[in-house]
Amino acid sequence: MTDAAAQSTNVGSATPDTMAWDSRARRVMMIYLPLSCFVLILLFPFYWMAITSFKPNAELLNYREHNPFWISSPTLAHIKHLLFNTAYPTWLKTTMFVAIGSTFLSLFASTLAAYAIERLRFRGSPYVGLGIYLAYLVPPSILFIPLATVIVQFGLFDSPMALILVYPTFLVPFCTWLLIGYFKSIPYELEECALVDGATRLQILRRITLPLAVPGLISAGIFSFTLSWNEFIYALAFIQSGANKTVPVAILTELVTGDVYQWGALMAGSLLGSLPVALFYSLFVDYYVSSLTGAVKE
Amino acid sequence: MSVTTLPSRGIALRQPGWVARLFDYKPFLIVMCLTPAIGLLTVFLTYPLGLGVWLAFTDTTIGQRGIYIGLENFQYLWTDPLWWGAVFYSIFYTGIATFGKFALGFWLALLLNNHFPLKSLLRAIVLLPWIVPTVLSALAFWWIYDPQFSIISYLLVDVLHIRTTYIDFLGTPWPARFSLIVANIWRGIPFVAISLLAGLQTISPSLYEAAMLDGASAWQRFRYITFPMMLPILAIVMTFSIIFTFTDFQLVYAITRGGPVNSTHLLATLAFQRGIAGGELGEGAAIAVSMVPFLVFATLFSYFGLARRKWQQGEAND
Repeated sequence: MTDAAAQSTNVGSATPDTMAWDSRARRVMMIYLPLSCFVLILLFPFYWMAITSFKPNAELLNYREHNPFWISSPTLAHIKHLLFNTAYPTWLKTTMFVAIGSTFLSLFASTLAAYAIERLRFRGSPYVGLGIYLAYLVPPSILFIPLATVIVQFGLFDSPMALILVYPTFLVPFCTWLLIGYFKSIPYELEECALVDGATRLQILRRITLPLAVPGLISAGIFSFTLSWNEFIYALAFIQSGANKTVPVAILTELVTGDVYQWGALMAGSLLGSLPVALFYSLFVDYYVSSLTGAVKE
Repeated sequence: MSVTTLPSRGIALRQPGWVARLFDYKPFLIVMCLTPAIGLLTVFLTYPLGLGVWLAFTDTTIGQRGIYIGLENFQYLWTDPLWWGAVFYSIFYTGIATFGKFALGFWLALLLNNHFPLKSLLRAIVLLPWIVPTVLSALAFWWIYDPQFSIISYLLVDVLHIRTTYIDFLGTPWPARFSLIVANIWRGIPFVAISLLAGLQTISPSLYEAAMLDGASAWQRFRYITFPMMLPILAIVMTFSIIFTFTDFQLVYAITRGGPVNSTHLLATLAFQRGIAGGELGEGAAIAVSMVPFLVFATLFSYFGLARRKWQQGEAND
């Protein structure tokens, strides 16, 4: 246990290429040059999105007289149009409501499930875990048509509640596996001590296991929030009326009108719709990285 | 030591309510804990999955219950050139995009595994395309691929003078197909790179030291140490990647909606077009079900093709 930990910290500090023959020029050519190309390409669409949202239409559609990579007279017209002439604030609110609702629902369900599978050990608990993992491999593209009929049967069609109930189908498997990993890392002895002291199982979960699993809960929470904010196909299939649409669907179906696309407004909408998750992301980068890699390794 | 505290605690715990006692009864507690998760997954995942297979054998349309018609939907699809086109493009899209994602993602992971200043910041930036809603970055690509105001065309024609005409990215079948693949690769690189980076960091540096003492070249170190050690994690990441690329919907729906002349339909977008937009639920479900054999095959192939080796952590359970 301690050996493994020591080893993994070693790995971080020593990489194979730090030996003497490694010259500076070679390093620039082999590492920095390709790396900056990658960063440039990965970031360019966002730069382009951002710069388009603040460009006046005249500059937007005239590359010969204006340098397309810069704005000479930035404008807030597109964002103003979005906020005051369209239902964008409503879409944002709906998306936020759906994302928060489904995140809490999945966190609740998957914490209990992970605790039962990992800590209450019963016969067949590995199979339940495997079953939940397999659920993660069922892609939404296969499910959305029958789910649409189920949603209609339940009378939830065109309601954000439908999305809150459906999103856990891909959030619960992910969160459960993440939390199983976290619960595994909490020493079992702590719970045994509490049991000896006469605590009930629920007290143990509430007072001991959950407080220790807070980093895992945060990881699972922000991940669920991001995934539900970004979800598209269910929101497209189950929501009909303009006011109940989520941001990604609404931009594509309500803002793209006619033959002449209003690129300024479209890009401003995309920028604003990306901001909440980007902000969230910048606050919790490490949690994202650890949960992404943790879920893959499990 | 704790003698003084024991009596009072004992009294407090001797009469727990029947609710508390019920919740301390292990089988009951297990059932209670599993109910929310299993319930949600059964109602909204397992049941629809079965229902989808049933729908594929009926002629259900929106607002009308269908009757069992056997294999008719599948027979129709078999003779439908659009379905064959979607099958072809789904396989082509998955193949090229997966190859691109893994080649570039692996390279990026190897680059990020080096030491340089601002490493964690860079790692954060790299993951950004994966965090942002796909549809929204797809819109940015749509704008980048605009026939008149494409920034790529502008660079090639007016700045670099490599071409004389603007590229019609999305107006003709083959350029449109490749444009979508490029967008998919762009979106997939971060996930692959960050997952593989985590795998790279578990490889012990002593292996490289030993190889270097033996005079192994950089290529040999990659070929005989990095690659074999990475195979298990590659298998898992690739399985995920293939499943979610093959069933991709958002990118294609946002950028081309299957056009021009239905040349960029994936099975998922075709299923949406027939099933939800066209109202032919039975036929849409049949298209969705027709994805399953491909998925099973791709999963088995990538999993068993790559994961022949045992887990690098060893066979002992953790």
